[in-house]
Amino acid sequence: MNNGTDKWDWGAVSDFMPHFWDGLLITLQVLALGSLISFGLGLVWALAFRAPTRFIRWPVGIVTEFIRNTPLLVQLFFLYFVLPEWDIQYSAMTTGTIAIGLHYSTYTAQVYRAGIEAVPVGQWEAAKALSLSYTRTWTAVILPQAIRRVIPALGNYVIAMLKDTPLLASIGVLELLQRSRLEAAQTFQYTEALTVVGVAFILIAYPSSLLLRALERRLVR
Amino acid sequence: MSADTNLTKDQPNPAVDGSELIRFDKVVKRFGSNTVLDELDFSVSSGKHVTLIGPSGSGKTTILRLLMTLIKPDEGTIKVGGEYLTHEQKNGKLVPAGEKHVREVRKNIGMVFQQFNLFPNMKVLRNITEAPVTVLGLSKDEAEQRARELLDLVGLGDRCDSYPTQLSGGQQQRVAIARALAMRPQVLLLDEVTSALDPELVAGVLDVLRDIAHTTDITMLCVTHEMNFARDISDQVLMFDAGRVIESGSAEKIFTEPEHERTREFLSAVL
Repeated sequence: MNNGTDKWDWGAVSDFMPHFWDGLLITLQVLALGSLISFGLGLVWALAFRAPTRFIRWPVGIVTEFIRNTPLLVQLFFLYFVLPEWDIQYSAMTTGTIAIGLHYSTYTAQVYRAGIEAVPVGQWEAAKALSLSYTRTWTAVILPQAIRRVIPALGNYVIAMLKDTPLLASIGVLELLQRSRLEAAQTFQYTEALTVVGVAFILIAYPSSLLLRALERRLVR
Repeated sequence: MSADTNLTKDQPNPAVDGSELIRFDKVVKRFGSNTVLDELDFSVSSGKHVTLIGPSGSGKTTILRLLMTLIKPDEGTIKVGGEYLTHEQKNGKLVPAGEKHVREVRKNIGMVFQQFNLFPNMKVLRNITEAPVTVLGLSKDEAEQRARELLDLVGLGDRCDSYPTQLSGGQQQRVAIARALAMRPQVLLLDEVTSALDPELVAGVLDVLRDIAHTTDITMLCVTHEMNFARDISDQVLMFDAGRVIESGSAEKIFTEPEHERTREFLSAVL
């Protein structure tokens, strides 16, 4: 039996692959759902930042600053180990997805905010001069222009989120890192399993960032 | 749609009987410590074409922006069609108007901006139909038909499916004029509409506005540095200086025999 330090063992790689695919599926699920949560919730925060009353602006500002300035790992532990004390309990996967989505929503909120502020004041004035309703001004005029501008920045946060998904291993979500740890704990062949996972991250993240740069050139004119 | 006088046919107050349509009463507007309008009084009769002239900073654009309710007066009242613009009567007292009242009165007023301000995310046709559909409640077909007629009027009948960025500045401004007219406003505000255009594009826009001025009975308030255009279309010219009207009269009178020294100085500088 190979002791894991002598030489690269392709056999260990092929033994790991079925678990790898399972883990990849979980990672991509977390990423997709987490992205949706962060996009949706981030927009809600961004609109709340501009609410007419400070009774909305201030609480939302404090909460988002708090979430943005505490580590995701602490938030994960809090949601997974502390909330059950109040009988709020979800699976590790659900908790992890919500945590990562919530955490990143405080970043996407800032992205949206910048995008909204970049819409020229003349657009607001034209909407007003045409008597467009408040809702219509946002949905037909301001947001389409703001969101188009921020798509590349949102994409960058998706890639950052991908690289943060291994944190979910800490609460036992069976994503890529956790799969490789379990595999290695059984075979003591850490090199192969961890290398496969590392390579997988590069293979997803790097082409994605290239794609984003291409998109950015098309969208931001 | 040329020589069409129907632009105003759906108006709530169709009467173009020369009655008073706009009245500024002791309107004060300050920006910080700078008093831009100083107890300004003036009125405009319905159907008239009025040009505001005067040096920069004399408050001309501020008047248009007040009428469009983009800014609020610090003191005084403004009436449009007998209705207070930024105030409303409640229990016999005059109080600052709620958003609903302002939106209602604002529907009678349209504005064309120096920087066009078309919506870049919408095609030309949708730029024009958006407000008639969502604000006036026109059907999509009705609004599109109206939009196409207006685009023909401004000479851009073939650009329905272009995006604003695919048009020249002059074309964008003509679309903006069509967009404002699609709401069938009683009052059209023109805020230095040719100032941002390349010189060779100015004539096309002014021709369209001349056409509208001569063939419709829409009330126009116009801030411009194009004195020949002002002379052509204006029934009345108001000369502004330091937040007040210092002279007013027919275009003929103001441009040929101005009474006020400041008017003479200003005109000799710009003509």
